Amino acid sequence: MSIQTNMGNYAGRAAADRTLRGCTVLATALAIIPLVLIIGYVTVIGGSSLSVDFFTQTYKPPVPVDSGGEIDPTTGLPSDFGGVTLDPATGLPIEAPVGEALPAQDIQSSGGVLHGIVGTIMVTFLALLISLPVGVMAGIFLAEYPSNSLATFIRFCSDVLSGAPSIVVGVVGFTLIVQRFQTYSGLAGAVALTFLMVPTIARTTEEILKLVPNATREAAMAMGAPQWYSTLTVIVPTALSGIATGALLAFARGAGETAPLLLTIQGNSNLSANLLEPIAALPLLTYKYIESPFPAENQLAWGTAFVLMMLVIGVNLLVRVVTSRIKGAM
Amino acid sequence: MADVKAAPRAASSSWARQTQHGDTIFWLFTLLFALLIVGLVVAVGIVTYNGSAEVRERYGWSFLWQTEWNPVETELSPATFGAWPAIRGTLLSSFFALLLAGPIGVAIGIFLAELCPLRIKQPLGFMVELLAAIPSVIYGLWGVAVFGPFFTQYIATPVSDTIGQLIPWLAGPVASGRGLALASIVIALMVLPTVAAITRDVLMAVPNSQREVLLSLGATRWEVIWLAVLPYARAGIIGGVMLGLGRALGETMAATMLIGNSTRIEGSLFLPATTSASLIASELTNANDTLHESALIAIALVLFCITLLLNMAARYLVWQTSRGPAGARA
Amino acid sequence: MRQLKPFYGTRQAVQATDMDFRPNQITAMIGPSGCGKSTVLRCLNRMHEAIPNARAEGTVKLDDLDIYDPRIDASLVRRKIGMVFQLPIALRTRSIYENIAVGLRLGGINSKSELDDRVQKALRDANLWDEVHDKLALSGLALSGGQQQRLSIARTVAVAPDVILFDEPCSALDPISTLKIEELLLQLRERYTIVIVTHNMQQAARISDRTAVFMVERDENKPAIGLLVEEGPTDQIFSAPKDSRTEEYLSGKVG
Repeated sequence: MSIQTNMGNYAGRAAADRTLRGCTVLATALAIIPLVLIIGYVTVIGGSSLSVDFFTQTYKPPVPVDSGGEIDPTTGLPSDFGGVTLDPATGLPIEAPVGEALPAQDIQSSGGVLHGIVGTIMVTFLALLISLPVGVMAGIFLAEYPSNSLATFIRFCSDVLSGAPSIVVGVVGFTLIVQRFQTYSGLAGAVALTFLMVPTIARTTEEILKLVPNATREAAMAMGAPQWYSTLTVIVPTALSGIATGALLAFARGAGETAPLLLTIQGNSNLSANLLEPIAALPLLTYKYIESPFPAENQLAWGTAFVLMMLVIGVNLLVRVVTSRIKGAM
Repeated sequence: MADVKAAPRAASSSWARQTQHGDTIFWLFTLLFALLIVGLVVAVGIVTYNGSAEVRERYGWSFLWQTEWNPVETELSPATFGAWPAIRGTLLSSFFALLLAGPIGVAIGIFLAELCPLRIKQPLGFMVELLAAIPSVIYGLWGVAVFGPFFTQYIATPVSDTIGQLIPWLAGPVASGRGLALASIVIALMVLPTVAAITRDVLMAVPNSQREVLLSLGATRWEVIWLAVLPYARAGIIGGVMLGLGRALGETMAATMLIGNSTRIEGSLFLPATTSASLIASELTNANDTLHESALIAIALVLFCITLLLNMAARYLVWQTSRGPAGARA
Repeated sequence: MRQLKPFYGTRQAVQATDMDFRPNQITAMIGPSGCGKSTVLRCLNRMHEAIPNARAEGTVKLDDLDIYDPRIDASLVRRKIGMVFQLPIALRTRSIYENIAVGLRLGGINSKSELDDRVQKALRDANLWDEVHDKLALSGLALSGGQQQRLSIARTVAVAPDVILFDEPCSALDPISTLKIEELLLQLRERYTIVIVTHNMQQAARISDRTAVFMVERDENKPAIGLLVEEGPTDQIFSAPKDSRTEEYLSGKVG
């Protein structure tokens, strides 16, 4: 058969083709499986700790359980403090294996995360308040004025900021604000977050403005309006929903960042709305609780993570839906 | 009559002047905000540079390769600060993370762009992007509570007991399992979606004509990808990998929770180590003295410089390839 | 080709078509745009199904072998039935030499001397050797449009197909390059069976032995569908068309 005899190496090539294509499928599975696992674990374990208390209370220290009045001489605490058995030899808590409760102990909840929710919203919102004007204006500049090396340089700086290690940004917040005012504060956290949020907003603003069809621009100019006027009154409003999604994305990013907050807001066990003092935040709570020796608090970590994850995923979903509608309308 | 003629001309030219003023003012206004972005980057540089003054004066450049990091001052020995354990940890963890995430991420991108059935392309792509949006502290949480114990029991211990006897890099004894290996794997997971998404976007931008040429020569689907699509998109893919590298370098929370936080340099990947980001995260708020603080800030400076260099390299690459395809070379 | 019906998704693009292609002849397929002639052409080497959701029903036989037999891999078919496209496409990242060598390497030829020989032969066959023999290492994009098209032809003949399909090969070229390509086609006819789709009626009249005329049937109630109207020796089609639709098209009334 004229077709088949010509290619002696066909079998090898076909086999390679199938194998390598299969590898890409494998790779994709390798990514999807952990995603499912992570979301699954957080949802199941985290979801189980959700309750009205969870959302309405703030931090409570782990509650001693049926201690019967025994005080451990080495630590001065009831010997089954917080649902944890203390190893008499070292005085340190014996950690429970994952998912299992220590035998014969009743795990008491350690309050809720209301302070974290409030803190996250306030700090991130303040950061957004500062980043939004800067980012939008910068985005307008990059989109509306002719490209030159200055614009390229600005974009480069924006990329650097966007990809900067978040801990470095935390260090800046620490040095600039915390040390200056001698106190950890929500304000410092907000300042740190703006370093990360401004480039996000600037980039999305620029992109959405570039998407505005030229016909709109030309129509505005044909009305005899000067460029700045038409930009402000015609082009930007057209892109407003796009800018809003940029803001949402930046908010989601800011809400999920832990490292900058670690060095700037420190966390607060009480419900505080004062941004000039240490304040709590959800990602910080997650970190603190999972590192805690008390299983009751570990459980809270999952719940906090769940709230955080829902927030982030929810925003991303929303943005996706809105973006496809914008692009369709344009 | 002279007055009548003069008046309209004066009016129109003042409107023209106003417009020009308006345009210029607006341009300046937006430029100012755009320059703020540059200012932010400069601020990071200045703050970290100044904050690290004390340790730089004490050690000079040798700070970078000194191997001992001991913040505790005792009667016998003063506190010494060498950044090498941290820098080494950052470099190694990023390297291994990218070793995993690079090929796998590109493979995922290939699958999504070239081989994926149309119906699941969008949802699958969304899931991969979702992986990128999950806050790093949640990865850390999952790593500590779920993957970590699994890794320790089923991977680290068996490997260190068998191959580890021969290869010092994989030697035990494995205690908590926290160390470079575990951290690298989870960091790889976090970097995967970045590489995959960028690869996918770049591949989808390759014009179909290139694929058709190879198809018409009788190439298998894989050969089309390997010989026509990938070479065309090579620069973009490298850019994506570099972006992933940037993310890996700056990764803080998951690293802090999984690296074991030991500043001793161990030969084995299964033993605790540290990274620059996690060192800062764990020590800055409890710094012993100003020298300790400045040492940590110096590490932040180093991290920032590395990120800066990486961005410049990436930009250079983009500039190179946009000057024209292949030029005169094959 | 028997009862060939190409589909895009659920839409049938061309009505069931039967056609024969004579060996070592040039058969032209002409017709107004959108009539499906390119689609039919692509079915001849199974390129049509490379478009997502596209497929074809029917049979196409090369020497008694149905290329649509499910046991046969499409890539083998395309090796035997090559194609040159409308836009002169060089593989962007490769040199002139490599553009041609790529196809040869797929066939397992890897020795440098043999590659050199075959590349040279291919370039000669495409009337391109004289112009590029000293610049083989240059990027394919360094050539003019006409040269790039001849490069595409060289690339195709290098792998020794039996049939070469041309999809409007000259529509992006200037008249002089077009003439050169047409000369080349007449030379290639000696050794290959050629099918060419063209917009240009005069071109079909100039170089083809047989001509097939396609039309679009538009109906308010049904989606537009292409169909083969008439087919025969070129002289006859152009001087004495049997179908009135052919005549309308040729005289410029339609399409």
